[in-house]
Amino acid sequence: MSAVTLDDRLGTRWKKPPLISNSTLRWGLMIGALIYLVLAIASLDVNWARVAEGLSRGWAFVTSFFNPDFVSRGSDIWDGILESVIITITSTIVGIAISIPIGLGAARNIAPLPIYLICRGIVALSRALNEIIVAILLVAIFGFGPLAGFLTLSFATIGFLSKLLAEDIEEMSKVQAEAIRATGASWLQWINYGVQPQVMPRLIGLSMYRLDINFRESAVLGLVGAGGIGATLNTAFDRYEFDTAAAILLIIIVTVMVLEYLSGIIRAKVQ
Amino acid sequence: MPVSQNAKGAKVWQLRDRNQTLIRWSGYLVAVAVFMWCWQRISEATTWFFVWDAPRIAADIGGRAWPPRWSYLDNLWAPLWDTLNMATLGTLLALVMAVPIAFLAARNTTPSAVFIRPIALFIIVATRSINSLIWALLLVAIIGPGVFAGLMAIAFRSIGFCAKLLYEAIEEIDEKQVEAITATGASRWQVMAYGIVPQIMPAFAGISVFRWDINIRESTVLGLVGAGGIGLQLQSSLNTLAWPQVTLILIVILAAVVAGEWISAKVRGAII
Repeated sequence: MSAVTLDDRLGTRWKKPPLISNSTLRWGLMIGALIYLVLAIASLDVNWARVAEGLSRGWAFVTSFFNPDFVSRGSDIWDGILESVIITITSTIVGIAISIPIGLGAARNIAPLPIYLICRGIVALSRALNEIIVAILLVAIFGFGPLAGFLTLSFATIGFLSKLLAEDIEEMSKVQAEAIRATGASWLQWINYGVQPQVMPRLIGLSMYRLDINFRESAVLGLVGAGGIGATLNTAFDRYEFDTAAAILLIIIVTVMVLEYLSGIIRAKVQ
Repeated sequence: MPVSQNAKGAKVWQLRDRNQTLIRWSGYLVAVAVFMWCWQRISEATTWFFVWDAPRIAADIGGRAWPPRWSYLDNLWAPLWDTLNMATLGTLLALVMAVPIAFLAARNTTPSAVFIRPIALFIIVATRSINSLIWALLLVAIIGPGVFAGLMAIAFRSIGFCAKLLYEAIEEIDEKQVEAITATGASRWQVMAYGIVPQIMPAFAGISVFRWDINIRESTVLGLVGAGGIGLQLQSSLNTLAWPQVTLILIVILAAVVAGEWISAKVRGAII
């Protein structure tokens, strides 16, 4: 800064430099965002009479959280939760078992190009399709019941776990892997002693996290007929039995909290 | 490291001693038993006739679903616009609510670690563990079907996610800058505005874009429970078994998700 401009600035307030230095672009973006906001809010068609009518129902729901009804639909709730847990466990285990080879294939540093492309394709497909949409298609094909839910969540687990596992393998330290290779190890031995010990803590952490996600997802699969607690929840909402719905939601929240706590302990242990 | 001796008296190195090995193997045994039991429950609840029939049904649906009915595309622009609005306005609303909760939940900014922090953490877990479809179901029952219910569902669901990542960012800030601002005699609010907010701004921007991307995906299916958007079209096409329309809607959803991912990657690249 030359002396003249410094003199000019002395005594004037400091101003924060703008995030985007090009002023045309900055104002363009701001005005564009403003126009979008106005258009979007204007296109919202809110029926305030209906909202006002619903507020009392909303309040009834909030108060029912302090007075949840675990009993009157007790056996339905218990069966639904058990089914959700079963779907969660089986789909997580099968999903992990399938995503390990796919994760190995999707890591550019250990897989040849054709296998890499195929595995990346599977990962992309699994990540792009929403669980609910997959569940709808699988229910149409395999019929109602927990099998469709199990297949859906296994498929979703593959996309999530393989992608992160592959990224972890791509970032591993080459030194250890080379050391094992230098001993004349076979490919399987190389993976087992050179790669696996490096990615194992991360894999366990991610698996626990996925268990958590799968449980949450299994709670909604029932809405489209793929088994689990969602079906019971849906009926409870349809009949405006908010106390039962509150009981189910509380069970879900508590289970997720417990899972999160457990996974925290396990992750701290393996790292 | 345990070492055992073999018959000839030579020492053999082992990774684990006998007890550790036994515990490990019994752990595996329990895991297999649990899995088998779960699998048995699933197979009891499955109509296997439908499963054996699945390849034929899949081929049948595939045959009906192709080619997609492109002429239906004109009916999809309005629901697509609604879906975009649900995701964007929902994310904005969620951020407005998540910021104060994040400040209440972070160990270094919470006014009371005993009373207020647990409440904030509970809000974070509760909103995160309830899926957006369940929120939508609930809100449709309360405020009626439509885009507004979907928007609120997206907003409520995102609070926990945004607040969790944000409070972790707040806990990781550099305390020296905060001390420097405090040393100038700044008030509590000024410390927040000049000491903390500039440090978490990049994290905040990253989280917003990341959540917006997720919300685009989630808002595409909210219509299934009556909360507006393109899911409504999907639902009605499925109900009338109009498979060519279903294919077209799935293609449009895929395109929207990929576009959302591309935009969010671009924006994240620009700010970080």
